[in-house]
Amino acid sequence: MTLTQGGDPRVIDGLDPEPIVDLDEIRKTYSAGSVAVEALRGVSLRVDVGEYLAITGPSGSGKSTLMHIIGCLDVPTSGTYLLSGQDVSTMTERELAHVRNRRIGFVFQQFNLLASLTALRNVELPLVYAGVPAADRARRALQALDALGLGDRVDHRPGQLSGGQQQRVSVARALVNDPDLILADEPTGNLDSVATRDVLALFDELHASGHTIVLITHEHDVAARSGRQVSVRDGLLVHGEGIDDLTLAAGVRG
Amino acid sequence: MNPLETLRTSISAILSRKMRSGLTMLGILIGVAAVMLTVGLGQGAQQTVASEINSLGSNLLVVTPGSSTSSSGVRGGFGSATTLTLSDANLLADQNNCPDISAVAPIMSSSQSVTSATSNWTTSLVGTTPGWLPVRARTVTSGRFFTSQESSDGATVAVIGSTTASELFTGSPVGQSVTVNGTTFTIIGELNTAGSSIAGNQDDTLLIPISTFAERIASSAQVGSISSIYLEASGQSTLSAAYQEAEQALDTAHGTTADAADFSIASQASLVQTATSTSRTLTVLLGGIAAISLLVGGIGVMNIMLVSVTERIREIGLRKALGATPAVILRQFLTEASLLGLIGGALGVIVGVIGARLLPGLISQPVSVSPVATVGALLVSLLIGIIAGVYPASRAARLAPIDALRME
Repeated sequence: MTLTQGGDPRVIDGLDPEPIVDLDEIRKTYSAGSVAVEALRGVSLRVDVGEYLAITGPSGSGKSTLMHIIGCLDVPTSGTYLLSGQDVSTMTERELAHVRNRRIGFVFQQFNLLASLTALRNVELPLVYAGVPAADRARRALQALDALGLGDRVDHRPGQLSGGQQQRVSVARALVNDPDLILADEPTGNLDSVATRDVLALFDELHASGHTIVLITHEHDVAARSGRQVSVRDGLLVHGEGIDDLTLAAGVRG
Repeated sequence: MNPLETLRTSISAILSRKMRSGLTMLGILIGVAAVMLTVGLGQGAQQTVASEINSLGSNLLVVTPGSSTSSSGVRGGFGSATTLTLSDANLLADQNNCPDISAVAPIMSSSQSVTSATSNWTTSLVGTTPGWLPVRARTVTSGRFFTSQESSDGATVAVIGSTTASELFTGSPVGQSVTVNGTTFTIIGELNTAGSSIAGNQDDTLLIPISTFAERIASSAQVGSISSIYLEASGQSTLSAAYQEAEQALDTAHGTTADAADFSIASQASLVQTATSTSRTLTVLLGGIAAISLLVGGIGVMNIMLVSVTERIREIGLRKALGATPAVILRQFLTEASLLGLIGGALGVIVGVIGARLLPGLISQPVSVSPVATVGALLVSLLIGIIAGVYPASRAARLAPIDALRME
């Protein structure tokens, strides 16, 4: 696979393209003992094909819950979620695993690479779970690492790589199954400024080549790189770019 | 995810925690080796007992008196009655009555102090007939055995076992004399060396003619009766015929029926069975204790798998986020637990086999290793791994990916 990808095949001339993510009145309630905590209180959100969306919000606002639901790591209490037109809110754990494997590429703040595996094996993991034959798997994983400039690091373990390189490996892993959506949770949170610039440039590149990206961050300058920003406050969505620092600061809780 | 990939993942998980995996396997290893060695020891002991009984003579039948009932109504055990007589022995030796019995040896015995010119020794004094040699499959290495004539005439001659001979004499015992209970016997022959068996040291004995025993040695209660009659059937195939002939002849002579006989006849097979049943009970007992240690090993596997699931909760979450289904996670942990069991079991079998080689040298007891028990031990350890893995694996499989990922 390569980073330079043509137009999305699902975009048919003259028709409104189907959104990748279509959330409608999503609510999520956690019960902590006898107390019910409403993390999301009716969130509706569309992410179109090829879009680069940043979700911001202070900690405790519900943005993590929202990200988990978009990533099919968690299921909403009520509301519908169509991922590329398919309702995932009623899927079984097995079906959700399949969706996570094929449709979504995750990039985590902690990189979440398995320390005992080489970069190549780490990138191969999603292909392993997709049932791709071993030879094909290695070829595709190598291509993904090559495309991210890590062709000479394939046999290194995560501990032998810098933070920026580790995040590149995890981006390669997110891309290797050619997902519909790249979901990045604070991808620069653990990186120094040089590596942050590097990874953000990589995201720009992915966006330019047609990938759909949803990025969760609390950093302003990171969010500013995206095409559109939404903010989560107290379980509700606030649209638009005009999220000033004062409200952001006021929203931060312990 | 194909089985090969599951296996690869499990092996790398086991290898990445070498110390812990090794200790876990040690539990299974000790259990399997303990089961193999105790069962092997028991089987070895049974085989020894069986071969010792068979060495007493081939195609042997032993007639013993029945139980006695005292005037006050107390019943003794088998052998306590004095219902067997020399005439019974003569009856059984009669080829017309019992064509399938090839040799007969009536036995009277007691423990007696034997005195030589220079020494004294307490040994098993046996009164018998020349039939004793073929029945017990023994030979005389020097001198001769006493004749039928001497046997019935009450001659004061004796044949000595090698142990008794070395205790009483320094040189060759043949031609020397010993005194028992005030009677002086001339040693006319020495028996071959037969070694020890469950019947005691077969070389520590002094044989004298049965009539001499009855006249000069037997206590008043013993007079006229003999303690047992050894019979040898003419062949393996005629053993049961010989048994029936002996039973019929004695029933007729004693005026009893088979149901109320005042004697009992035991074959070698039944002797073996009786003797080995004790060691079998012991084997089952010891094997049971060893099996418990195997069970404890299994609990160790379960424990370590539970720790492993807790420890790798993030890894499980990540694998789920990357598309591992609950079934894949379940299989991965089950495979890991089974591997721990199987490898531990295989190492246990190796230790067991080495132990079975070394142990006989240390405790002078044979240890037998049966292939069936070995394969069984492997299968059981695999099974224990699987059973111990089910609960931890299903816990891992049920983990919500988000809860697993959130764990720090």
